Amino acid sequence: MTGLKATSLLERFRTVGASVCAALVVSVATFSTSVSAQAPAVGWPEKEELKFGFIKLTDMAPLAVAYEKGFFEDEGLYVTLEAQANWKVLLDRVIDGQLDGAHMLAGQPLGATIGFGTESHVVTAFSMDLNGNGITVSNEIWEKMKAHIPQEDGKPVHPIKADYLKPVVDEYRNAGKPFNMGMVFPVSTHNYELRYWLAAGGIHPGYYAPHKGDTAGQIDAQALLSVTPPPQMPATMEAGTIYGYCVGEPWNQQAVFKGIGVPVITDYEIWKNNPEKVFGVSQGWADKYPNTHIRVVKALIRAAMWLDENDNANRPEAVKILAKSTYVGADEDVLANSMTGTFEYEKGDKRDVPDFNVFFRYNATYPYYSDAIWYLTQMRRWGQISEAKSDDWYKETAKKVYKPEVYAQAAKALIAEGKAKASDFPEFGTETGYKPPQSEFIDGVTFDGSKPNAYLERFDIGLKGDTVL
Amino acid sequence: MSKMTTILRLPSSPSNANSVLSRLYQSMPVLLLPVIGLLMFLAIWNGVAKSIDTSLGQFPGPAHVFEQAGTLVDEHIAQREKADAFYQRQEARNAARMAQDPTYEPKVRDFTGAPTFFDQIWTSLYTVMVGFFIASVVAVPLGILCGLSKSAYTAINPLIQLFKPVSPLAWLPLVTMVVSALYVSDDPAFSKSFVTSAFTVSLCCLWPTLINTAVGVSNIEKDLINVSKVLRLTPFAHLTKIVLPSSIPMIFTGLRLSLGIGWMVLIAAEMLAQNPGLGKFVWDEFQNGSSESLARIMVAVLTIGAIGFVLDRLMLSIQRAVSWDKSSVLR
Repeated sequence: MTGLKATSLLERFRTVGASVCAALVVSVATFSTSVSAQAPAVGWPEKEELKFGFIKLTDMAPLAVAYEKGFFEDEGLYVTLEAQANWKVLLDRVIDGQLDGAHMLAGQPLGATIGFGTESHVVTAFSMDLNGNGITVSNEIWEKMKAHIPQEDGKPVHPIKADYLKPVVDEYRNAGKPFNMGMVFPVSTHNYELRYWLAAGGIHPGYYAPHKGDTAGQIDAQALLSVTPPPQMPATMEAGTIYGYCVGEPWNQQAVFKGIGVPVITDYEIWKNNPEKVFGVSQGWADKYPNTHIRVVKALIRAAMWLDENDNANRPEAVKILAKSTYVGADEDVLANSMTGTFEYEKGDKRDVPDFNVFFRYNATYPYYSDAIWYLTQMRRWGQISEAKSDDWYKETAKKVYKPEVYAQAAKALIAEGKAKASDFPEFGTETGYKPPQSEFIDGVTFDGSKPNAYLERFDIGLKGDTVL
Repeated sequence: MSKMTTILRLPSSPSNANSVLSRLYQSMPVLLLPVIGLLMFLAIWNGVAKSIDTSLGQFPGPAHVFEQAGTLVDEHIAQREKADAFYQRQEARNAARMAQDPTYEPKVRDFTGAPTFFDQIWTSLYTVMVGFFIASVVAVPLGILCGLSKSAYTAINPLIQLFKPVSPLAWLPLVTMVVSALYVSDDPAFSKSFVTSAFTVSLCCLWPTLINTAVGVSNIEKDLINVSKVLRLTPFAHLTKIVLPSSIPMIFTGLRLSLGIGWMVLIAAEMLAQNPGLGKFVWDEFQNGSSESLARIMVAVLTIGAIGFVLDRLMLSIQRAVSWDKSSVLR
């Protein structure tokens, strides 16, 4: 038995050794032919051993894929990926240098840079994905809501607006019961999406007033929002502490599978192709390791391309990777539900949402200034930015945090290496970083990134102009 | 009354066959009862597990947990194979870069893959030992001081009473911030999460050793102290010849208690500090929320228990070895 094992091991060593030798010969050969033809377009990485943090959500996929598919190693980077306990821990560890970079909420680099929460200059050169969140309510709330929702063929008509939730919220408020909902972090996409959806349906989600020390965000609130880490959302709702939540996958589908709640809307329907997570690093780190930064972005772009390749053909494999307990770790069928382009609302009501998770197409990975500005407008709308700011301030802040120039260098290097096509990216020569005005929001309000203050004027609920709480 | 005594005597009646039986009967409680206890536990566990439905599926029974233990072993083996491949790829890459950039000094980096369950056990053991060591180095001298000097004891005692009952969870945020502020280096030898966890363990397992050492030292027999006085031993000789030898059993009693507490504290500290040990394993699995998560956590729970037991037995055997009073009962 042992003899058998030993020989097979030896054999394996031999074959591997041979292939390594072959690879060496080939690589040396290619290098000698192209010797000094050019030093690599991007300089060697200043730091080779890196540690990146992530939160257990499906949209950390570009990191897992870049690791498992060897894209990081191709850039000469030896990356360790580590799950973090919550968004605050993750951000603090990036700021104090325990992590070289991390999967972050789009609002985190912005919030940190303008000093809402922990203050520190954090930047991003890579947007990790579009969409991917949902709002789920408990079974009890769903039963009450359903009575108000128009039906077609026995199924509720989507998208479901918060207008149908309003009578339920009123009922609870009249009975003197606070209507509690969960979101994942004060500067999270989820917080702003949930607020946007509620406010569009006439439900006031409450203001923040950091200048008065109020960071709970419940001033004047009809629905009280509080922070719960994503993986604990379903359990917290099951316990009755919250009646609904807005969170990324797999935690909405988890609620359907466990029969504890019903997702009512995806963020795709709240704002079509909204930017979601970014890859954030501290400004100090980016200054110290510019080549490393570009190489990390290169690897991430390749991972995002792989995820969207051939109409999501690689998604089933991605699901297998994500299901590993060191990454997201949820059951494969739960992950597959959203990752492969479908979304299950009520149990059995599975609908196609091919763009539920977008990792690369529609220039998903390009860090648009206008995306940053949308988040800043929402911070102002809900009082996280307590006083009026000029349009220029919004633009400067976006420029301070979003680094399309780093992205462009990475993309050009990939094009030069033949790993990507120029047509995969925006036209770098002419790209301003501002998307054309978008109007595919649930309330139909048009967003033009170049006029943030005018945008804020369009909302009934929310701070605008010179209003200070 | 007389009937009772005959019944009681029956097993030890002098006939030959009976003597074997009686020996068996006498050793039965030692061998059989733990087995009965264990079997009953498994049966109750199995029964209860079936009737608990959580949102992560049924609570895992013994069979499910055993199966997951196997999976963890498989994952460890698979990860080792990945590590081998990683080192080979790295060699090739280093060589390729050397060819292109001769100034490059290649180095071999450690495997970047996630730690397996067994790596995490090792991290936990290492962390608890470092924390325990720091605590002992502080507590034993301090305890001796308190035992020798009544005034030192009176001065320090209120502090001991104040800090002894503090939970590790209360210390942790403070330790985290202090470590972040003070432990700054470009190329740290230890990760901050490790230092935080180890220090939290130290803070919590300091007290039993301190108190027991103080008590042991202050209760040295009067005769021995008189001998020391008659012989006019120097303070150092008094310490090494009289104080330490006679208080060693108590010191070790304290150390054993400390290690037990340290091991318990460690799991909580690792969960919050994100030190990649068993505590983080439990936390991560809880976060995963897959249908296997609970069974995997149960594997960790049993492993934590087993390791705690082994650590305690080790300390017990050391305690026995160094105890000069072999007649005292230690358990």
